Amino acid sequence: MCLAIPGKILEIQEMGPMRAARVQFGGIVRQVSLSFVPEAGLGDYVMVHVGFAISRVDAEEAERTYKLLEEMGALQEELPAAEGQFRPDLWI
Amino acid sequence: MSAKSTVDRNLELSCPAPIAVKDTILLGHGSGGKLSAELIRDIFLPAFQNPVLAHMDDQAIVSVNGQRLAITTDSFVVKPLFFPGGDIGSLAVHGTLNDLAMGGATPLFLSVAFIIEEGFAMEELRRVVASMRQAAAAAGVQIVTGDTKVVEKGKGDGLFINTTGIGVVPEGVDFSADQARPGDKILLSGSIGDHGIAILAQREGLEFETQIISDSAALHGLVAEMLRVTCDIRCMRDPTRGGVSSTLNEIAQQSGVGIELQESSLPIHEEVKGACELLGLDPLYVANEGKLIAIVPAEVADVLLETMRRHPLGAEAQIIGTVTKKNPGLVTMRTPLGTTRVVDMLAGDQLPRIC
Amino acid sequence: MKYLDEYRDQRIARALASEIVERTTQPWVLMEICGGQTHTIMRYGLDELLPGGIELVHGPGCPVCVTPLETVDKAIALAARPEVILVSYGDMLRVPGSSSDLLRAKAQGADVRIAYSPTEAVKIARSNPERKVVFLAIGFETTAPANAMAAWQAKREGLTNFSMLVSHVLVPPAIRALMTSSSNRVQGFIAPGHVCTVVGCREYEALVRDFRIPIVVGGFEPVDILEAVLMLVRQLEAGEARLENQYARSVSYKGNVPAQEIMAEVFEVADQKWRGIGPIPQSGLRLREEYAAYDANRVFELGEFTVDEPAECISAQVLQGLKKPTDCAAFGMRCTPENPLGAPMVSSEGACAAYYHYRRHAIES
Repeated sequence: MCLAIPGKILEIQEMGPMRAARVQFGGIVRQVSLSFVPEAGLGDYVMVHVGFAISRVDAEEAERTYKLLEEMGALQEELPAAEGQFRPDLWI
Repeated sequence: MSAKSTVDRNLELSCPAPIAVKDTILLGHGSGGKLSAELIRDIFLPAFQNPVLAHMDDQAIVSVNGQRLAITTDSFVVKPLFFPGGDIGSLAVHGTLNDLAMGGATPLFLSVAFIIEEGFAMEELRRVVASMRQAAAAAGVQIVTGDTKVVEKGKGDGLFINTTGIGVVPEGVDFSADQARPGDKILLSGSIGDHGIAILAQREGLEFETQIISDSAALHGLVAEMLRVTCDIRCMRDPTRGGVSSTLNEIAQQSGVGIELQESSLPIHEEVKGACELLGLDPLYVANEGKLIAIVPAEVADVLLETMRRHPLGAEAQIIGTVTKKNPGLVTMRTPLGTTRVVDMLAGDQLPRIC
Repeated sequence: MKYLDEYRDQRIARALASEIVERTTQPWVLMEICGGQTHTIMRYGLDELLPGGIELVHGPGCPVCVTPLETVDKAIALAARPEVILVSYGDMLRVPGSSSDLLRAKAQGADVRIAYSPTEAVKIARSNPERKVVFLAIGFETTAPANAMAAWQAKREGLTNFSMLVSHVLVPPAIRALMTSSSNRVQGFIAPGHVCTVVGCREYEALVRDFRIPIVVGGFEPVDILEAVLMLVRQLEAGEARLENQYARSVSYKGNVPAQEIMAEVFEVADQKWRGIGPIPQSGLRLREEYAAYDANRVFELGEFTVDEPAECISAQVLQGLKKPTDCAAFGMRCTPENPLGAPMVSSEGACAAYYHYRRHAIES
C-alpha cells in the first residue's frame, strides 16, 4: 500500500494557491504538487504518492543513520561468507 | 448466501459464486500472458491441429521442395497510433520481420492488410504508409501484396494492420523453443521496457518530461551477424507483449527446463526505471519491440555477446541468466540481495498501482 | 535512484539479517501491516534471510483488498451509466465485486479510466462538462490528503459534475481490533511508513501503551524492513515495548500537518466495513456535510445494502494473519488471480496474490 517514491525537486512552479514542482525520479521528470510540503525547496528530495509530495526527505537524518548501516555492512564483509550462516534448523 | 439490494436495476446482484467461467473474451486474452495461452490451448490448437502449429513458435517453418521457408503473421492494434520512436505502421513492419528473424529466417517479402474505420483521416493513413515504406526499405524487404477493408464508423477503433511475412531459413539453422538445455546461457540484446512505457506514457498522457522512446526496430541484421559466428543457437524470441517474463516462461515450459535470471544483469534505462518505480510496474512484464533473447550453449555465449555488442541494436547486450535442471518449467531470479524469487507468468495486463 | 538504491544494498541487508539471526533466541511472530511492505518481502525474498524462528504474518494493510464489496458494486453500477465517467486508481480495476469487476465493465462498454493522481479526475470533470465524473477514492491515510484535495479543488471551482465514491480506511482501529481478538498471535508490528508520514506516530504510541507491544515504524525497501525487524527483535528479546521510528528520513512524530489539515477539512471519521473482516467502528473516513454535493452516494442516491462474501473465501482470517493463503482450500485452484474469490487474490499487495505469484511453487534455490 502507499507506493511513494523519492524524487528531487528541479524547479518550483508557483501556480496561485497551488504550489507545484518539476521532480526528477531516476531518468524521468514529472510535475508534483507541493501543497503538503511548503518547506520543500530547490534541490530537496520529497516522497511522492499519487502526484503529491507527502514529506521532505530529511537528508541529514538519512545520512546519519545510513553511515551506521554502512559500517555494519563493512564489518559483515570481513566475516566469512554469509551463505552458511542462516541455520533455520537451529531455531524451532 | 443472499444479497439484498434496494439499489437501481443497473446493479445485478446474484449469488456471489466465483466469476470462473469465461464465456466472453477479455482484454487479457490479448496480452500475451496466461489468458492468451489458454485461448490458444483451448480453442485454436484443437481446431487447427498439425505438427507445424504444434511447435508454437512465433513463426512456422515449412519445407517446400527442400527449401525451408518461414511464415508468420501478426496484427497490430496499438493505441496510440503514433508514439515516440514509431507508429502502428513501422511497428507492423518490424514486428513481423522480427518474428521471421526469430526463426533464423532472412526476411524477403511482406503482405499488408488494412482494416480502416470509416472517417479515419487520410493524412494519418499517409503518415502510417510512409512510415511502413521507410521501415521496409531500411530492412531490405518489399511489401508485395495487400488488402484494404473499411468498416463502419464505431466498429473499428481507427486503424488495424495485419502483416504477413515470408523468409528463407538457411541451412544448419534450427531454432526452436523446446531445445533449451541445462547449462545454456540466456542473452538479451539490450534494455527492457522502453516500448511499453513509451506507449503507456503517450496513451495515458503521463507527461514525463524526458521522452521515453520505443525501441521498435528490425532485428534480422543483428541475427545475421550472430549466425555468421555460429549456428549453434537453441532458440531466439523477441519479448514483446508480456515482456521478458512471458517469453522466458514459455521457453521454460516448452523445453521442460528451469531458467534462473540475475536481476543485477538486466539492462534498463534510467528513464524506464524511474517510470516503472513511479507507476509500480515491473519491467520484466513490459513489452519490447526491438530486442531479442537468445538461448545458446555456454561455450558460444561470450563470443556471441561480443558480436551482439558490435552491432548498433545489440550495444547494451547482456548475459542475463542460465538454463537449469532445477525448478523445471519455472523462471526464477536471483535478487540483488542474493535471495531467489519466482518470476511468475503474467495474467492479463499489468496495471499501474498506488499501493 | 537516490534514497531508493542504497536501501537495496546487498551487504547491508545481509549484515542486518546476520544481526537478526544472532539476536534471535526464541520464536517471534511479527506483522508487517502494509501491503507495500509485503510486496517488498516477497519480491526480495527477505524471509529467506531471516531465521526460521521469526514468522512474518501479513496484515490488513491493503486498502484495495479491504474496500467493501458494496463499494465495488456501486462503482460498477455507476460506470455502467452512459453519462458517467468512472475514474479509478489502477489497483481497483480487477477487484471482484459480486458478479463483475471494473475491467469487465469496461470491456462491456463502460467508460472507466485510470488516474495516477486525483487531480486528473478533476481535470477530466473540467474537460467533460456534459458528463458526470465519479472518482473512486480509496486508500489508507496516505492517500486521504490527495483525495481530499480533489474534493476541495472541485468545491473551490464550483464544479457540478464531479463526485467521489469514498472508501477510506484508518489503520490504528484495525490494529486494535486485531489485538483485542482472542486469536491474535502477533507480538510486534512494523507500522506503515507512508501512513505515518502523513498522520505521525501518536496513535501508534497509544497502541504500544495500551497493548504493551513493540511497534517500529518501517519503510518499504529491503534494508528498511530488515532494520525494522531487527529493532523489533531487539526489543522483544529484551522484554521491551516501545515505539521506534526506523523510517525517520520520511516520518516525524507529528507527521505532515498541512496534509492532516486538509483531511480534517474534507473528511470526518466514520464507522467502516472492512471487506473480509467486517465493520470496525470509527475506522473509516467519509465526506463531511459541507461536501455533500461531492459525495457520489448522495448525488446518485445509491442507498445502502449489504452483500455477503463467498463462503469459501477466508480473506478475513488471512487479513488478520490467522491463516496463510496456502491454508485455504480454494487457493490456486478455484481462486487464482484470473478468477479471484476475494480481493487479497487480485490486488498485487494482497497476501493471497503475493503467495500465488511467489510462493505457490516450492523452489530449489
